[in-house]
Amino acid sequence: MKSFTFDLPSWTKHRAGQHYDLRLTAPDGYVAQRSYSIASAPERNGAVDLTVELVGGGEVSTFLHEQVVPGDRIELRGPIGGYFVWDAARSDGPLLMVAGGSGVVPMMSMLRHRAAAGRTVPARLLVSSRSYEEIIYREELDRLARGSDKFDLFHTLTRSRPDGWAGFARRIDRHMLGDVSRAFGSKALTFVCGPTPLVESVANALLELGLRAERIRTERFGPSGT
Amino acid sequence: MESSNADLTLDGNAAGGLLGEAFGEDLTGVLGRCPDCGRRGELATLRAFTHAPGVVLRCPACDGVQLAIAKTPSGYRFDIRVRTEHPLRTRRDGP
Repeated sequence: MKSFTFDLPSWTKHRAGQHYDLRLTAPDGYVAQRSYSIASAPERNGAVDLTVELVGGGEVSTFLHEQVVPGDRIELRGPIGGYFVWDAARSDGPLLMVAGGSGVVPMMSMLRHRAAAGRTVPARLLVSSRSYEEIIYREELDRLARGSDKFDLFHTLTRSRPDGWAGFARRIDRHMLGDVSRAFGSKALTFVCGPTPLVESVANALLELGLRAERIRTERFGPSGT
Repeated sequence: MESSNADLTLDGNAAGGLLGEAFGEDLTGVLGRCPDCGRRGELATLRAFTHAPGVVLRCPACDGVQLAIAKTPSGYRFDIRVRTEHPLRTRRDGP
């Protein structure tokens, strides 16, 4: 996992949850393009952070992880998205976020936005990671949770746990979502982001728990973009 | 193979960049109605098949094709079946 800061010559303020398309063009004209969620807050002027997971055999992520050096110029298109977005000023209920793996990246933008905007809307984040070492933004999330009594952080580790682990220790299921979301009742505006199977099962479980479909916003990611 | 085609399916968010380029505005938050089953939802909630030349957006309820778009050397080719409040206009349609 690596985060990259891009200075944007024609910067447009983004909305938390949006993404950029990143396009690489080879000398022979071959084009590879992927979508990456913005991790930074909209309050930051002139630049965005994109956090990119290294995908085995992924031509774009491998290039970014292994070839790019500070100062390189990269072609970006965005910001993109008008659905999977959260605006603190327009918030009309508590914020519930459920993320699998690098699905936490857009949630990071929302949480940074929430902090930068000084909003105290209650927020809860459940993150599923394979192991403790693979938790993305672990230290910053811990800091945010310690610094705000209105933000609660929940982790589940699906493959391995350190000794004495006190968090959840299984794949996200309805019971776990019930424990995390109960305090918000059915009023929460909910964002779910992760690999397609995780998003499907979480969204279905949230509906079974009584959340309304129009209050659940989903974003699926997979091995390839457009 | 454990991995099914469904696991490779993304959603309309992933088509946002291509749609924005073709239509000149962000369409992922636009509400549409499926012409086959009548389901209503934002274009972001449609199933996106991106492992092909171009993108096909299908209804998550009935699987009907709601929008297909492909970029060609001379522009874009569309099949727009989704019903939206305002008709979707391509950049070539002019204002």
